[in-house]
Amino acid sequence: MASLHGSTLEAIKHNHAQLLVQWVAALEANGATRNIKEQTLSQETRDFLQLLIDVLQADSGNDIVSSDWDEARRFLERLSASRAQLGHDSHQAAYFIFALKRPLFSLLQTHFSDDPARLAEQLWLISELLDTLGMHTIRTFQKTREAVIKRQQEELLELSTPVVKLWDGVLALPLIGTLDSQRSQTVMESLLQRIVDTGSEIAIIDITGVPTVDTLVAQHLLKTVTAIRLMGADCIISGVRPQIAQTIVHLGLDLGTLTTKANLADALKLALKRLGVNLGEQV
Amino acid sequence: MSGEHSGSLPVRIEQDVVLARQLARKLASDCGMRLVDLTKLVTAVSELARNTVVYGGGGDMDWQVLEEAGRTGVRLLFRDEGPGIADLKLALTDGWTSGNGLGLGLTGARRLVDEFELDTVPGEGTRVTITRWI
Repeated sequence: MASLHGSTLEAIKHNHAQLLVQWVAALEANGATRNIKEQTLSQETRDFLQLLIDVLQADSGNDIVSSDWDEARRFLERLSASRAQLGHDSHQAAYFIFALKRPLFSLLQTHFSDDPARLAEQLWLISELLDTLGMHTIRTFQKTREAVIKRQQEELLELSTPVVKLWDGVLALPLIGTLDSQRSQTVMESLLQRIVDTGSEIAIIDITGVPTVDTLVAQHLLKTVTAIRLMGADCIISGVRPQIAQTIVHLGLDLGTLTTKANLADALKLALKRLGVNLGEQV
Repeated sequence: MSGEHSGSLPVRIEQDVVLARQLARKLASDCGMRLVDLTKLVTAVSELARNTVVYGGGGDMDWQVLEEAGRTGVRLLFRDEGPGIADLKLALTDGWTSGNGLGLGLTGARRLVDEFELDTVPGEGTRVTITRWI
């Protein structure tokens, strides 16, 4: 691969200060500097330009995956992580690199004004290099974001399955939100495990916090109840609101095999009755 | 009601089903739909959007808020370019499923809305339009 011409590098080094000023100006004009201190920005631009010059000087070629580009890559990774924390989006993060294009291009234009062939070649090389670096920034940015989302999803999975003991032998599982297959799997596992651990006879699944009960949710519920019964315990579904009840009827779901109650209190009352607990008329 | 009266939402993966439900819920409540009708519509959307993802290999949901002859409604079109439905009569039979569901999604969705229209060409895709009036 053709490398940058020596005089290109000289020109960049020579006009170092001017490049930085134009670069920062371009960043500001595009709103890519939101919430970033002026000082931090000038430090970042200075550091990166220096890194760039160092690597180019070592004549490492345009392959940014090679070890010569380690420093520059790591710099961009740190940069995109800090941008993600500031609430910037991926194109704002990548613009850090792309904003350097115009200043560099106009510099080269003046520098090679009498050699159009060389100008074209050098512009192409610089452009390709900056594009790769920009893409790298976007890729890291997305990876950071994805890591955050993944962590949140896992936290949600953990959070959303609290099995609580209501009485000796009575467990309750308040379900909240969407019951996609992955979550319902976790829910079922933790409920079954708790039934074994506590030796409970009755489990109450409360669906007050589930906004939509469609066929998939119903299927998950039916499976869970079947599994609970296979373990010798019984299950009551509570929190069946009027609109949910009507929807279930229209869907044609047959939940007749399940014991259902409108609210958790009724379900608990039924559970206690089955266990033979006598609360007396007035407590 | 807010400015927009129609639009489109991609329905490609399982998470999009959640977004489709949320959008339908918002459209219906913005129109002032009663809770029971809203729940029915959202449940139908859940079934059809999931069908789009699971059986249609992903597609889109076009939505439209209708106002005609003094009545308001929400119309949703689920379209995919999947394998289509080979035997429509069978697909609209309660309890029949080509996958491992309960076989009530399509028929149930039909019962949950006021208007239900299904176009399918085997090998080309499926379009399901549902409308719920207030």
